[in-house]
Amino acid sequence: MDALVNKRIAKVIKGDQNAFAEIVELYQHQLFQVCYRMLGNKQEAEDIAQEAFMRAYVNIHTFDQNRKFSTWLYRIATNLCIDRIRKKKPDYHLDAEVRGTEGLNMYSKIANEDELPEEELMRMEVQERVQYEISRLPDKYRAAIVLKYIEELPLAEISEILDLPLGTVKTRIHRGREALRKQLSNL
Amino acid sequence: MNTCPENVLELMNHYLDGDINPSEEQQLKEHLESCHDCREQYQALSKTIAFVQSASHIQAPSDFVQKTMGRLPKERQHAGIQRWLRRHPMLAAAALFCVLMSTALFTNFNDDQQFSFTKQPNLVVEGQTVIVPEGETVVGNLTVRNGDLRVEGELQGDVTIVNGQYMASSGVITGEIEEIDQAFEWLWFTIKEGFKDAAAIFETNDNQTND
Repeated sequence: MDALVNKRIAKVIKGDQNAFAEIVELYQHQLFQVCYRMLGNKQEAEDIAQEAFMRAYVNIHTFDQNRKFSTWLYRIATNLCIDRIRKKKPDYHLDAEVRGTEGLNMYSKIANEDELPEEELMRMEVQERVQYEISRLPDKYRAAIVLKYIEELPLAEISEILDLPLGTVKTRIHRGREALRKQLSNL
Repeated sequence: MNTCPENVLELMNHYLDGDINPSEEQQLKEHLESCHDCREQYQALSKTIAFVQSASHIQAPSDFVQKTMGRLPKERQHAGIQRWLRRHPMLAAAALFCVLMSTALFTNFNDDQQFSFTKQPNLVVEGQTVIVPEGETVVGNLTVRNGDLRVEGELQGDVTIVNGQYMASSGVITGEIEEIDQAFEWLWFTIKEGFKDAAAIFETNDNQTND
């Protein structure tokens, strides 16, 4: 797999755009999924995943071919997602104050740290609820939890993707798990 | 509650992360069997993990690859042109030659919009008309550009008129008369002349080798 990918990367470096299309084909679902779970919105996930591929393409010559390409891609994508979440936050809080209790339905679709009323939660479908609970996690824990339990990556790889020591990754996963447990205590 | 070892949460986490050694695992199991609260907490954490893992796998939209490729910066496509040039150097050279040649020919044509003619003794010029006066004899070829020619005397040679007219008159011309009016005829004429010159070079070469 890695040898195949590296062959394509070599072609891309030589200027062959079609070789990059094959790389996108290979990783599109993984990357889109991470972005979707991080951002909780399909349009945004598509936008960020495409942006991540574009950045990978532009900076492909900086990729160290002794490493795993997927790790590098995930890293670009998670950084973009975290940036997006942080940029979005102030707007979101302003919005929440103005709107008060109205339009709660809409909030279930976007990143959200505030809790919805009980009856609202009960009406949600399981898949919707999963996404909602992930979206409520602080972005630090969210990235670690998504990579660990949705992408099912080994801790060592997560530590490389997030550029954090292994111990820190573990702590984030533990805290993320604990936060989720508290969020789900009424389930 | 106070009976719980301090490290029980830590052990739980190690267990859930999948990196626990057998003695720690034993310790944890024994404690969970005896402590209801810790067992509940452990079960809640396991349920949480199962809940997150129940998230269905999401697929990228079907046009994702195409859209992504559409967003890539375009300047890399120059690489494609460069590649083509490298693969077909002869075609590229031929194309370049054609472009340069045609521009050279057409600029020549445009530069030659001014009235001019081959300098010969005895010629008389009236405005844009070159006249071979009556009773005079001009020897040699005569080319007139952007003007007319009237021959009243005698002209011993070929006549070429570009963008002009030969006015029939009582004079005598011993050579051929050619009138060129349009750009493409001019082009054709130039090419023909080029071949004639080339042929002339070969002929002189032949003569030299024969000597």
